[in-house]
Amino acid sequence: MSLAFPLAVSALLFSIGVFGVLARRNAVLLLVSVELMLNAANINLVAFDAWWADALHAGQVLTLFVITIAAAEIGIGLAIVLLVFRARGSSDLDDLGILDERADVPEPIEADIEAPAASEPHEARA
Amino acid sequence: MNLVELAFVLLGALALGAGALAVTTARVVHAALWLAASLAAVAGCFLLLAAELLVWIQVLIYVGAVVVLVLFALMLTRAPTGPAPGAPRARLIVAGVVAAATAAVLLGTLLGTLGGERIDLESTRVGTASEMGGALFSGWVLPFEALSVLLLAALIGAIALTRRLPAPSAPSRPRSEAQPADAAGSTAGPEEGSGR
Repeated sequence: MSLAFPLAVSALLFSIGVFGVLARRNAVLLLVSVELMLNAANINLVAFDAWWADALHAGQVLTLFVITIAAAEIGIGLAIVLLVFRARGSSDLDDLGILDERADVPEPIEADIEAPAASEPHEARA
Repeated sequence: MNLVELAFVLLGALALGAGALAVTTARVVHAALWLAASLAAVAGCFLLLAAELLVWIQVLIYVGAVVVLVLFALMLTRAPTGPAPGAPRARLIVAGVVAAATAAVLLGTLLGTLGGERIDLESTRVGTASEMGGALFSGWVLPFEALSVLLLAALIGAIALTRRLPAPSAPSRPRSEAQPADAAGSTAGPEEGSGR
Protein backbone atom coordinates (compact mmCIF):
# COMPACT_ATOMS: atom_id res chain seq x y z
CA MET A 1 0.00 0.00 0.00
CA SER A 2 1.26 3.44 -0.82
CA LEU A 3 2.23 5.55 2.18
CA ALA A 4 0.58 8.56 0.57
CA PHE A 5 -2.98 7.52 1.50
CA PRO A 6 -2.53 7.41 5.32
CA LEU A 7 -0.50 10.62 5.20
CA ALA A 8 -3.19 12.44 3.21
CA VAL A 9 -6.00 11.20 5.48
CA SER A 10 -4.11 12.23 8.62
CA ALA A 11 -3.20 15.68 7.26
CA LEU A 12 -6.81 16.40 6.26
CA LEU A 13 -8.20 15.05 9.55
CA PHE A 14 -5.76 17.24 11.47
CA SER A 15 -6.84 20.35 9.57
CA ILE A 16 -10.50 19.46 10.22
CA GLY A 17 -9.59 19.39 13.92
CA VAL A 18 -7.84 22.76 13.61
CA PHE A 19 -10.99 24.21 12.02
CA GLY A 20 -13.12 22.81 14.85
CA VAL A 21 -10.88 24.22 17.57
CA LEU A 22 -11.01 27.66 16.00
CA ALA A 23 -14.70 27.72 15.01
CA ARG A 24 -16.55 25.96 17.83
CA ARG A 25 -18.19 27.96 20.62
CA ASN A 26 -19.09 25.09 22.97
CA ALA A 27 -16.20 24.03 25.21
CA VAL A 28 -17.13 20.33 25.01
CA LEU A 29 -17.11 20.41 21.21
CA LEU A 30 -13.69 22.07 21.29
CA LEU A 31 -12.43 18.99 23.13
CA VAL A 32 -14.09 16.84 20.44
CA SER A 33 -12.02 18.68 17.82
CA VAL A 34 -8.85 18.08 19.84
CA GLU A 35 -9.65 14.36 19.80
CA LEU A 36 -9.84 14.48 15.99
CA MET A 37 -6.38 16.07 15.87
CA LEU A 38 -4.96 13.40 18.17
CA ASN A 39 -6.44 10.70 15.95
CA ALA A 40 -4.79 12.24 12.92
CA ALA A 41 -1.45 11.95 14.72
CA ASN A 42 -2.31 8.33 15.58
CA ILE A 43 -2.92 7.44 11.92
CA ASN A 44 0.51 8.85 11.09
CA LEU A 45 2.17 6.88 13.88
CA VAL A 46 0.56 3.59 12.82
CA ALA A 47 1.39 4.20 9.15
CA PHE A 48 5.04 4.92 9.91
CA ASP A 49 5.15 1.84 12.14
CA ALA A 50 3.96 -0.34 9.26
CA TRP A 51 6.39 1.40 6.88
CA TRP A 52 9.43 1.25 9.17
CA ALA A 53 8.63 -2.25 10.56
CA ASP A 54 10.93 -2.11 13.58
CA ALA A 55 10.95 -4.95 16.09
CA LEU A 56 9.90 -2.76 19.03
CA HIS A 57 6.76 -1.45 17.28
CA ALA A 58 7.59 2.12 18.30
CA GLY A 59 4.74 3.63 16.31
CA GLN A 60 2.00 1.38 17.63
CA VAL A 61 3.24 1.58 21.23
CA LEU A 62 3.36 5.37 21.02
CA THR A 63 -0.19 5.31 19.59
CA LEU A 64 -1.21 3.33 22.66
CA PHE A 65 0.38 5.99 24.86
CA VAL A 66 -1.31 8.81 22.93
CA ILE A 67 -4.71 7.11 23.38
CA THR A 68 -4.04 6.83 27.13
CA ILE A 69 -2.97 10.47 27.41
CA ALA A 70 -6.00 11.54 25.35
CA ALA A 71 -8.30 9.66 27.73
CA ALA A 72 -6.70 11.39 30.72
CA GLU A 73 -6.84 14.74 28.92
CA ILE A 74 -10.52 14.52 28.06
CA GLY A 75 -11.36 13.38 31.59
CA ILE A 76 -9.65 16.37 33.17
CA GLY A 77 -10.87 18.70 30.41
CA LEU A 78 -14.50 17.75 30.83
CA ALA A 79 -14.15 18.06 34.63
CA ILE A 80 -12.88 21.62 34.17
CA VAL A 81 -15.69 22.42 31.70
CA LEU A 82 -18.21 21.06 34.21
CA LEU A 83 -16.69 23.18 36.98
CA VAL A 84 -16.79 26.30 34.80
CA PHE A 85 -20.41 25.56 33.90
CA ARG A 86 -21.30 25.22 37.57
CA ALA A 87 -19.62 28.51 38.44
CA ARG A 88 -20.79 30.57 35.46
CA GLY A 89 -23.91 28.78 34.22
CA SER A 90 -22.55 28.52 30.68
CA SER A 91 -20.01 26.51 28.73
CA ASP A 92 -19.95 28.98 25.84
CA LEU A 93 -16.34 29.95 25.20
CA ASP A 94 -17.32 33.47 24.11
CA ASP A 95 -18.65 34.14 27.62
CA LEU A 96 -15.45 33.00 29.30
CA GLY A 97 -13.25 35.99 28.58
CA ILE A 98 -12.56 36.74 32.25
CA LEU A 99 -10.42 34.53 34.43
CA ASP A 100 -11.31 35.85 37.89
CA GLU A 101 -14.40 34.89 39.83
CA ARG A 102 -17.32 37.28 39.79
CA ALA A 103 -18.30 38.77 43.14
CA ASP A 104 -21.88 37.46 42.95
CA VAL A 105 -20.80 33.91 42.19
CA PRO A 106 -20.72 31.77 45.35
CA GLU A 107 -17.19 30.49 45.52
CA PRO A 108 -16.86 27.09 47.18
CA ILE A 109 -13.44 27.82 48.70
CA GLU A 110 -14.79 30.80 50.60
CA ALA A 111 -17.03 28.49 52.61
CA ASP A 112 -14.06 27.22 54.58
CA ILE A 113 -12.67 30.70 55.12
CA GLU A 114 -15.98 32.22 56.18
CA ALA A 115 -16.88 29.44 58.57
CA PRO A 116 -14.62 30.62 61.45
CA ALA A 117 -15.25 34.25 60.54
CA ALA A 118 -19.00 33.75 60.84
CA SER A 119 -18.75 33.68 64.62
CA GLU A 120 -17.24 37.17 64.78
CA PRO A 121 -20.38 39.16 63.93
CA HIS A 122 -22.14 36.93 66.42
CA GLU A 123 -19.74 38.05 69.13
CA ALA A 124 -19.95 41.64 67.96
CA ARG A 125 -23.71 41.55 68.38
CA ALA A 126 -23.24 40.07 71.83
CA MET B 1 -4.77 0.84 -6.74
CA ASN B 2 -5.31 -2.57 -5.21
CA LEU B 3 -8.12 -3.71 -2.95
CA VAL B 4 -6.44 -2.69 0.32
CA GLU B 5 -5.83 0.81 -0.96
CA LEU B 6 -9.41 1.09 -2.16
CA ALA B 7 -10.70 0.02 1.28
CA PHE B 8 -8.34 2.48 2.96
CA VAL B 9 -9.50 5.34 0.75
CA LEU B 10 -13.14 4.53 1.49
CA LEU B 11 -12.52 4.34 5.25
CA GLY B 12 -10.45 7.51 5.14
CA ALA B 13 -13.19 9.33 3.26
CA LEU B 14 -15.68 8.11 5.88
CA ALA B 15 -13.43 9.36 8.69
CA LEU B 16 -12.94 12.73 7.01
CA GLY B 17 -16.62 13.18 6.18
CA ALA B 18 -17.79 12.25 9.67
CA GLY B 19 -15.08 14.44 11.17
CA ALA B 20 -16.10 17.40 9.03
CA LEU B 21 -19.72 16.93 10.12
CA ALA B 22 -18.61 16.63 13.77
CA VAL B 23 -16.98 20.06 13.67
CA THR B 24 -19.65 21.81 11.58
CA THR B 25 -23.05 20.44 12.62
CA ALA B 26 -25.22 22.84 14.61
CA ARG B 27 -26.63 20.19 16.95
CA VAL B 28 -24.17 19.35 19.69
CA VAL B 29 -25.37 15.78 20.34
CA HIS B 30 -25.07 15.01 16.62
CA ALA B 31 -21.47 16.27 16.79
CA ALA B 32 -20.63 13.69 19.48
CA LEU B 33 -22.24 10.91 17.43
CA TRP B 34 -20.41 11.96 14.26
CA LEU B 35 -17.22 11.86 16.33
CA ALA B 36 -18.01 8.22 17.15
CA ALA B 37 -18.46 7.45 13.45
CA SER B 38 -15.19 9.18 12.57
CA LEU B 39 -13.24 7.35 15.28
CA ALA B 40 -14.70 4.01 14.21
CA ALA B 41 -13.55 4.68 10.65
CA VAL B 42 -10.08 5.51 11.99
CA ALA B 43 -10.17 2.12 13.76
CA GLY B 44 -10.82 0.55 10.36
CA CYS B 45 -7.79 2.39 8.98
CA PHE B 46 -5.71 0.93 11.82
CA LEU B 47 -6.89 -2.55 10.87
CA LEU B 48 -5.74 -2.06 7.28
CA LEU B 49 -2.35 -0.88 8.58
CA ALA B 50 -1.85 -4.19 10.49
CA ALA B 51 -2.40 -2.76 13.98
CA GLU B 52 -4.79 -5.35 15.35
CA LEU B 53 -4.62 -4.58 19.07
CA LEU B 54 -4.98 -0.85 18.47
CA VAL B 55 -8.28 -1.45 16.66
CA TRP B 56 -9.84 -2.96 19.76
CA ILE B 57 -8.33 -0.32 22.02
CA GLN B 58 -9.61 2.42 19.71
CA VAL B 59 -13.12 0.92 19.73
CA LEU B 60 -13.10 0.34 23.48
CA ILE B 61 -11.59 3.61 24.66
CA TYR B 62 -12.55 6.10 21.97
CA VAL B 63 -15.84 4.88 20.53
CA GLY B 64 -16.88 3.48 23.89
CA ALA B 65 -15.54 5.58 26.72
CA VAL B 66 -14.61 8.97 25.28
CA VAL B 67 -17.79 9.46 23.25
CA VAL B 68 -19.95 8.44 26.23
CA LEU B 69 -17.96 10.86 28.39
CA VAL B 70 -18.55 13.65 25.86
CA LEU B 71 -22.28 12.85 25.77
CA PHE B 72 -22.40 12.93 29.58
CA ALA B 73 -20.62 16.28 29.62
CA LEU B 74 -23.03 17.69 27.02
CA MET B 75 -26.00 16.60 29.11
CA LEU B 76 -24.50 17.81 32.40
CA THR B 77 -23.77 21.24 30.94
CA ARG B 78 -27.37 21.33 29.68
CA ALA B 79 -26.29 21.95 26.12
CA PRO B 80 -29.20 22.74 23.80
CA THR B 81 -30.41 19.70 21.86
CA GLY B 82 -31.75 21.94 19.11
CA PRO B 83 -29.53 23.86 16.70
CA ALA B 84 -27.10 25.99 18.69
CA PRO B 85 -26.03 29.42 17.41
CA GLY B 86 -22.83 29.07 15.45
CA ALA B 87 -19.75 31.22 15.47
CA PRO B 88 -19.80 34.58 13.69
CA ARG B 89 -19.06 34.45 9.97
CA ALA B 90 -15.76 36.32 10.27
CA ARG B 91 -14.41 33.73 12.67
CA LEU B 92 -15.57 30.89 10.42
CA ILE B 93 -13.64 32.44 7.53
CA VAL B 94 -10.51 32.85 9.65
CA ALA B 95 -10.81 29.26 10.91
CA GLY B 96 -11.28 27.97 7.37
CA VAL B 97 -8.25 29.87 6.10
CA VAL B 98 -6.07 28.63 8.96
CA ALA B 99 -7.29 25.04 8.48
CA ALA B 100 -6.64 25.21 4.72
CA ALA B 101 -3.15 26.58 5.34
CA THR B 102 -2.47 23.78 7.85
CA ALA B 103 -3.68 21.20 5.34
CA ALA B 104 -1.51 22.72 2.60
CA VAL B 105 1.62 22.72 4.78
CA LEU B 106 1.08 19.17 6.06
CA LEU B 107 0.16 17.71 2.67
CA GLY B 108 3.05 19.51 1.00
CA THR B 109 5.69 18.36 3.46
CA LEU B 110 4.41 14.78 4.00
CA LEU B 111 3.55 13.94 0.42
CA GLY B 112 6.53 15.86 -0.95
CA THR B 113 9.02 13.91 1.14
CA LEU B 114 7.40 10.52 1.75
CA GLY B 115 4.58 10.33 -0.78
CA GLY B 116 6.43 7.91 -3.04
CA GLU B 117 7.19 5.34 -0.33
CA ARG B 118 5.30 2.07 -0.14
CA ILE B 119 4.25 0.01 2.88
CA ASP B 120 5.08 -3.66 2.43
CA LEU B 121 2.07 -5.17 4.17
CA GLU B 122 3.09 -8.73 3.34
CA SER B 123 6.33 -8.63 5.33
CA THR B 124 5.19 -6.37 8.18
CA ARG B 125 4.47 -8.02 11.50
CA VAL B 126 0.85 -7.69 12.56
CA GLY B 127 0.50 -5.89 15.91
CA THR B 128 -1.35 -8.64 17.71
CA ALA B 129 -1.80 -8.61 21.48
CA SER B 130 1.19 -10.91 22.08
CA GLU B 131 3.41 -8.94 19.69
CA MET B 132 2.43 -5.63 21.28
CA GLY B 133 2.78 -7.04 24.78
CA GLY B 134 6.29 -8.24 24.01
CA ALA B 135 7.27 -4.85 22.64
CA LEU B 136 5.55 -2.96 25.45
CA PHE B 137 7.14 -4.88 28.30
CA SER B 138 10.59 -5.27 26.80
CA GLY B 139 11.40 -1.81 25.54
CA TRP B 140 8.69 0.51 26.85
CA VAL B 141 8.27 -0.45 30.51
CA LEU B 142 9.26 2.90 32.02
CA PRO B 143 6.88 5.04 29.90
CA PHE B 144 4.16 2.47 30.59
CA GLU B 145 4.61 2.81 34.35
CA ALA B 146 4.80 6.60 34.10
CA LEU B 147 1.50 6.55 32.19
CA SER B 148 -0.14 4.50 34.91
CA VAL B 149 0.84 7.21 37.40
CA LEU B 150 -0.51 9.84 34.99
CA LEU B 151 -3.84 8.03 34.75
CA LEU B 152 -4.06 7.82 38.54
CA ALA B 153 -3.30 11.53 38.82
CA ALA B 154 -5.94 12.32 36.19
CA LEU B 155 -8.48 10.16 38.04
CA ILE B 156 -7.85 11.87 41.37
CA GLY B 157 -7.76 15.28 39.69
CA ALA B 158 -11.10 14.78 37.96
CA ILE B 159 -12.72 13.64 41.22
CA ALA B 160 -11.22 16.54 43.17
CA LEU B 161 -12.34 19.06 40.55
CA THR B 162 -15.94 17.96 40.27
CA ARG B 163 -16.52 17.17 43.95
CA ARG B 164 -19.54 19.11 45.19
CA LEU B 165 -18.51 21.24 48.15
CA PRO B 166 -21.23 22.30 50.61
CA ALA B 167 -22.93 25.57 49.78
CA PRO B 168 -21.39 28.62 51.51
CA SER B 169 -24.47 29.27 53.64
CA ALA B 170 -24.82 25.66 54.74
CA PRO B 171 -22.08 25.52 57.45
CA SER B 172 -23.12 28.78 59.13
CA ARG B 173 -26.78 27.87 59.61
CA PRO B 174 -26.30 24.77 61.79
CA ARG B 175 -23.67 26.66 63.73
CA SER B 176 -26.06 29.48 64.69
CA GLU B 177 -28.71 26.93 65.59
CA ALA B 178 -26.27 24.91 67.63
CA GLN B 179 -25.01 27.84 69.66
CA PRO B 180 -28.11 28.33 71.84
CA ALA B 181 -27.97 24.63 72.57
CA ASP B 182 -24.31 25.01 73.45
CA ALA B 183 -25.01 27.98 75.66
CA ALA B 184 -27.77 26.07 77.43
CA GLY B 185 -25.34 23.26 78.07
CA SER B 186 -22.79 23.29 80.84
CA THR B 187 -19.81 23.91 78.53
CA ALA B 188 -20.83 27.39 77.38
CA GLY B 189 -17.97 29.74 76.72
CA PRO B 190 -17.72 32.86 78.91
CA GLU B 191 -18.43 35.29 76.05
CA GLU B 192 -21.50 33.31 75.01
CA GLY B 193 -22.77 33.20 78.56
CA SER B 194 -22.39 36.97 78.93
CA GLY B 195 -24.21 37.41 75.66
CA ARG B 196 -27.23 35.67 77.07
